Amino acid sequence: MDADELRLDGNAAAGLLRELFVHEMTVSVGTCANCRAATKVGALHVYRNAPGLVMRCPVCGAVMLRVVHGGDRYWVETVGLRLLEIPETPPPSSP
Amino acid sequence: MEGTALRRRLIWRLATLVDAIHETRDVRSLVFEVGDWSGHLPGQHVDVRLTAEDGYQAQRSYSIASAPADMSLQLTVESLRDGEVSPYLVDELSPGDQLELRGPVGGYFVWDGRSPSPLLLVAGGSGVVPLMSMLRHRAVSGRRVPARLLYSSHGPDDIIYRDELERMAAADPDLKVLHVLTRRQPPGWTGYARRIDGAMLAEVAWPPESEAEIFVCGPTALVEVVASGLRDLGHAPERIRTERFGPTGR
Amino acid sequence: MSAGFVSRGFRGRRDPSVPSDRVPPGQYVVSDFPVLSAGPTPRTPLSKWSFTIRGEVERPVSWTWEEFRGLPAETVTADIHCVTKWSKLDTEWRGVSLDTLLDEVETEAEYALAFCDGGYTTNLPLEDLVDGRAWIAFEYDGAPLEPEHGGPARLLVPHVYFWKSAKWVRGLHLMQEDEPGFWESVGYHMYGDPWREQRYAGD
Repeated sequence: MDADELRLDGNAAAGLLRELFVHEMTVSVGTCANCRAATKVGALHVYRNAPGLVMRCPVCGAVMLRVVHGGDRYWVETVGLRLLEIPETPPPSSP
Repeated sequence: MEGTALRRRLIWRLATLVDAIHETRDVRSLVFEVGDWSGHLPGQHVDVRLTAEDGYQAQRSYSIASAPADMSLQLTVESLRDGEVSPYLVDELSPGDQLELRGPVGGYFVWDGRSPSPLLLVAGGSGVVPLMSMLRHRAVSGRRVPARLLYSSHGPDDIIYRDELERMAAADPDLKVLHVLTRRQPPGWTGYARRIDGAMLAEVAWPPESEAEIFVCGPTALVEVVASGLRDLGHAPERIRTERFGPTGR
Repeated sequence: MSAGFVSRGFRGRRDPSVPSDRVPPGQYVVSDFPVLSAGPTPRTPLSKWSFTIRGEVERPVSWTWEEFRGLPAETVTADIHCVTKWSKLDTEWRGVSLDTLLDEVETEAEYALAFCDGGYTTNLPLEDLVDGRAWIAFEYDGAPLEPEHGGPARLLVPHVYFWKSAKWVRGLHLMQEDEPGFWESVGYHMYGDPWREQRYAGD
């Protein structure tokens, strides 16, 4: 098994991010602090088969966001995320 | 607008299984009643959580198969040989049983039918599930933009939603369903019989000028080949949305 | 939250037939070897590989792959415990003891930060790396260590949670003060003793 198969798309982080943020985060745009690339969070590279969630820039591979959910707390590291642009999202409903 | 101000907390809620539909030997569609369900958009998924008597928990994500207009929530699950959760859902869970689920989640891999662009869907195996939600929504919502589904399975008996896809395509001149059978083909098969590659995509996809909305879902290897193949054909990366399933037995 | 909800008939992938004195609190035993990863698998060619001990040392020391493989190696059988709750018993490795490597270095440092291809790091007290408690392992289960499990070589420190057994290890940076590594800097415990269930900061 190729461990690179463990890499998922940003959408795989949607549930955990929804626990932390009021808005649906996968349509937000994150700017990488390392290379300045701006990417939809849903298109970031996700590694979650790990002690925590790691989201990496698809352009340069730098870590943009890390989330650990331990017991009754979350640790959220955003050092690799220079900017986050979050569109207001209405709750989903039958269109 | 009151609706946007009242954001619902994403909570675990109990869903009751009301029906289980045999799709293929290893695949079942599970139909749930979920009290107070807020609706979903085609392409979204739910997180499912199982708890054993000693408190041990396992959690997995499953794409929603039903259209938003459907009364009940349908998930389609493939039982993976070394799986921990999927064999339970497919073989053990019975009508009347409950499970915890949370959602819907995922705003990135969503097609809500509002775009007039043609819709290109590429699926490998159970990757067809979120795409089926999109096609079911397209069928009932009247937003019949031109749509193509390129769907790769190992053999004819592995095709999920086979009859429904046939009926949909027969009733709709704007929908084309192209099956790819990579390991076993029925006698007289004239369709694709090899893994999806660049040449196949060139034949099936509209040209980039079409500005088609593209959704690719399935095992990592297939998603990689299709996404890069479509980029090579000139489709803009922002129009190609991927959802990888990761390795089996996750 | 639906507190107390139990899924009828669900057991999960655990092996209950294991004596409990071998399983730390909150762990369950598995028979496969799960692969966890925080990034893409590095693939360093052996011709470019080296292991270095540097930082608070008299002189940094480095070994090429040939030099490293020329050092005395031992077979290690150990139980390993991952903070994500799985444990695997009687795993077999072959590796070079950290005692052998640290013998070449003069230092008064008390802590080490292991650094790896791909950027992963983890910190440990130096005393937990000596006296036969840690190795640089290059074989697992009788075969060369596969890249997905940390090959060509990984740190092996079975007495603490397995996130400290850093995959793709390339060296140790010795330091006077303890500094958190990759997971320790985002909520995980600085030490990580599975028998005291030290998973998160503050445990």
